[in-house]
Amino acid sequence: MSHSPRLTDAPFFSGCFHCGLPLPDGAAYPVQFEGATRRACCRGCQAVAQTIVDSGQGAYYTHRTALPATPQQAEAELVQLGLYDLPEIQESFVRTEAENIREAALILENIVCAACIWLNERHIAALPGVLSVEINYATRRARVRWDNSRIRLSAILKAVSDIGYIAHPFDPGRSDDIHKRERNTAIKRLAIAGLGMMQVMMYALPTYIATDMTTDIRLLMRWASLILTIPVVAYSAWPFFIGAWRDVKRRTPGMDVPVALGIGTAFAASVYGTFSGHGEVYYDSVTMFVFLLLTGRFLEMNARRRAGAAIEELVKLIPAATTRLPNWPARDEEQVPVVRLAVGDHVLVRPGETLPADGAVVEGDSAVSEAMLTGESLPVSKTVHSRVVGGSLNQASPLVVRVDKLGADTRLASIVRLLDRAQSEKPRIGQLADRAAAWFVGLLLLITVAVGLVWYAIDPSKVLWIVVSILVVTCPCALGLATPAALTTATGRLTRLGLLTTRGHALETLARATDLVFDKTGTLTHGRLSVRRVVALGGRSENEVGAIAAALEAGSEHPIARALRQDRPEGERLAAYPSRVLREAASPAVIASGIRNTPGRGVEGTVAGRSYRLGSPRFAAAGATPPTPGGGERPENGHQHAEGHESWVALADESGPIAWFALADVPRADAAAALAALRQQGLRLHLVSGDAAGAVRATARQLGIEEWHAGALPEDKLAYVNALQQQGRIVAMVGDGINDAPVLAGAQVSIAMGEGADVAQAAADMVMLGSRLATLSEGVALARKTQHIIRQNLGWALGYNLIAIPAAALGYVTPWIAGIGMSASSLLVVLNALRLSNFRQPADGSSLEAQDSRLEAQEASPRAWTS
Amino acid sequence: MDILILLIPLSLVIVGVIAWIMLWAAKNGQFDDLEGPAHSVIMDDDSPPKPNGPAKP
Repeated sequence: MSHSPRLTDAPFFSGCFHCGLPLPDGAAYPVQFEGATRRACCRGCQAVAQTIVDSGQGAYYTHRTALPATPQQAEAELVQLGLYDLPEIQESFVRTEAENIREAALILENIVCAACIWLNERHIAALPGVLSVEINYATRRARVRWDNSRIRLSAILKAVSDIGYIAHPFDPGRSDDIHKRERNTAIKRLAIAGLGMMQVMMYALPTYIATDMTTDIRLLMRWASLILTIPVVAYSAWPFFIGAWRDVKRRTPGMDVPVALGIGTAFAASVYGTFSGHGEVYYDSVTMFVFLLLTGRFLEMNARRRAGAAIEELVKLIPAATTRLPNWPARDEEQVPVVRLAVGDHVLVRPGETLPADGAVVEGDSAVSEAMLTGESLPVSKTVHSRVVGGSLNQASPLVVRVDKLGADTRLASIVRLLDRAQSEKPRIGQLADRAAAWFVGLLLLITVAVGLVWYAIDPSKVLWIVVSILVVTCPCALGLATPAALTTATGRLTRLGLLTTRGHALETLARATDLVFDKTGTLTHGRLSVRRVVALGGRSENEVGAIAAALEAGSEHPIARALRQDRPEGERLAAYPSRVLREAASPAVIASGIRNTPGRGVEGTVAGRSYRLGSPRFAAAGATPPTPGGGERPENGHQHAEGHESWVALADESGPIAWFALADVPRADAAAALAALRQQGLRLHLVSGDAAGAVRATARQLGIEEWHAGALPEDKLAYVNALQQQGRIVAMVGDGINDAPVLAGAQVSIAMGEGADVAQAAADMVMLGSRLATLSEGVALARKTQHIIRQNLGWALGYNLIAIPAAALGYVTPWIAGIGMSASSLLVVLNALRLSNFRQPADGSSLEAQDSRLEAQEASPRAWTS
Repeated sequence: MDILILLIPLSLVIVGVIAWIMLWAAKNGQFDDLEGPAHSVIMDDDSPPKPNGPAKP
């Protein structure tokens, strides 16, 4: 991190001092910093930067390693902060310590680097009345303690929003506390086992190598080892005994049974050996074994935890407080915490507010965005009797909703449950290893009994030692560790490469993938369309048709909608009000109603009493052809691109097309190199897009993709993928997820771009966090390598056991060799898996530093209304 | 070799002390965030807040 350039000095820093985005022409928002005047891009950035510098935390600008988002705190949300002071609302997330001492957990948004943590910590701690604040870098959670007689929670939240971040209080009781306790216990168990292992080894080694040790010293060392091993077995190894007991009760022998038996028998035998004074002791084997197994489990637990964080972000969609109308249809309002709502209550949801629960509209007429829940990016129009779901965002006008379902019964809760299940599922190869291990365990126990009986007949005095030798030497930890160790390491490495694994099977399937199907917009291209040309027909002005198009697309996050909105001059006027709510409220004089959306085709709605359709020529203009490129009607915008890059959007009224918009999008800079690398890995590449043939052909030709398919509706894409699958191909689908959710779910393994809609991420097996396409080929290479290493590990574990069991059964393995063999075998497996953590794709000339691509992504991110 | 009779119990005591320190550290939240402190330590240069006007370090 310390090698990163100072972002204030970097050459690309011609943009805004705070957020780094390009400065709009004529923007005059100066910030004084270190004696020089810097320029900010908007009032929001200026205010934030000034607050940071004035409060003496300007060091943030010299230490940060990533650029923050442009502050966009909605004014309405600021008003709502006051609600968090109400005692009944604080009930759910605030802990009261003493009379006035309160503690709350906050989720911080917009944290991008360590300097953000520092800035927030210092800023909050400097507030009078704040007693302590801790921010966890890994989880982006904060814990704040304050004196309620001196400062209000809303003032703390306000202070956070002043420096450009957003803090949401949340109820940590659900999973956070549980996890924290679990992690703490695991660390304690690990520490005890580690210390015990080290010290017992110190006592054991001399007894192995020394030749002139007196019996007294030997006995003393045994007793010392016993004392040290007792806490390791009784405390650190406790989960194994519990797990084994559960397995036995359910009659499904798992890995815990032989582990517990091995530990138990070896320990019991050692204790017997220590008390009776003859025979061997295995304290070193026992402690080392416990420590290695606990380490593996700890690593696995951490990896799973990281994957689960996304779920909690969904949970916080539900607001903490809402407005209830107790005597509806009378208008008296009261603020209540959502937890106090009951089925049948009426709630008032203002524009910009999130619906607190599932229900039915009883009054009002509005557009509601369900993007977070369904991925449908266009707002859905809602009138009386319409069903609404909790977590969706009311966008246009106030709604009165009768609550039908609450809490665990809501759609949102069921989505979270689905995600939870997905997270907890084991990959196929993991299940296979588990099943194999169960068989192995059963077989091992049978063999042990048989060998014990045989030796009882030959030499009863050796029975115990040989049985313990078998259990110790064959402890199937190599088998049990082989898969999880490799998967955990690979998942961690992938995450650092910028590819987040959300489903268990993803790595395995990606390794076997033969075909890679790409969506075009937002995946291979920036997904930032802009209007290149406007052709208005029938004597209308470009401004007029542009306003209608913008009105129809208001509130949609589809790239085409953004481009059409961006074309409006109003965008600039509103730049100083970085609030979505305000922007929409004050937006173009032209307002559309009755907006209906047909995914993949277009949108229709009514503007000023006339109904319009906007979308693909097939949808809006009944298949009429766009004006010939380069024809007579060339608008002043001109066009710089080959016409193949452009796709046409038609605007039509009842009588026919009234305007054409030419939109263009350019491929990402690294697309060609990334695709070449993928092709080299033997993958067949396909391009399937909903765009017009010309644009798709141009992109495909430019990137060297031979198989492309244009004008595809979501169902066409799915059919294409299914056809490939029927040929026995294993398809990986890469999409941005706006219209891709079904096809992402249909492919064997799916990868969503992190910039895409959120539901796609839920439906996708992997999520690309940056916008660097080279990550894909690295991911494929890593997945294959992982598969390779898992096979190596399993092969080793199998081979080792095949040699070790017979040797132990025949009495050739002395107990200390058994202990060393077992530990070495586990270590070898773990170390082999750890090779993945430093994985670099061979010959990766195209690999940029992750930091660069992140900055680049931020620079390239669309600014819908300030540019 | 007789010294071992003293050293071995002594090592047990030392292990006990270390274990107690580890448990105390875990309980005290020392392991809660293993990344953040590494970053924050390099940034703690204080420039006092100036309520009026921009700060000049």
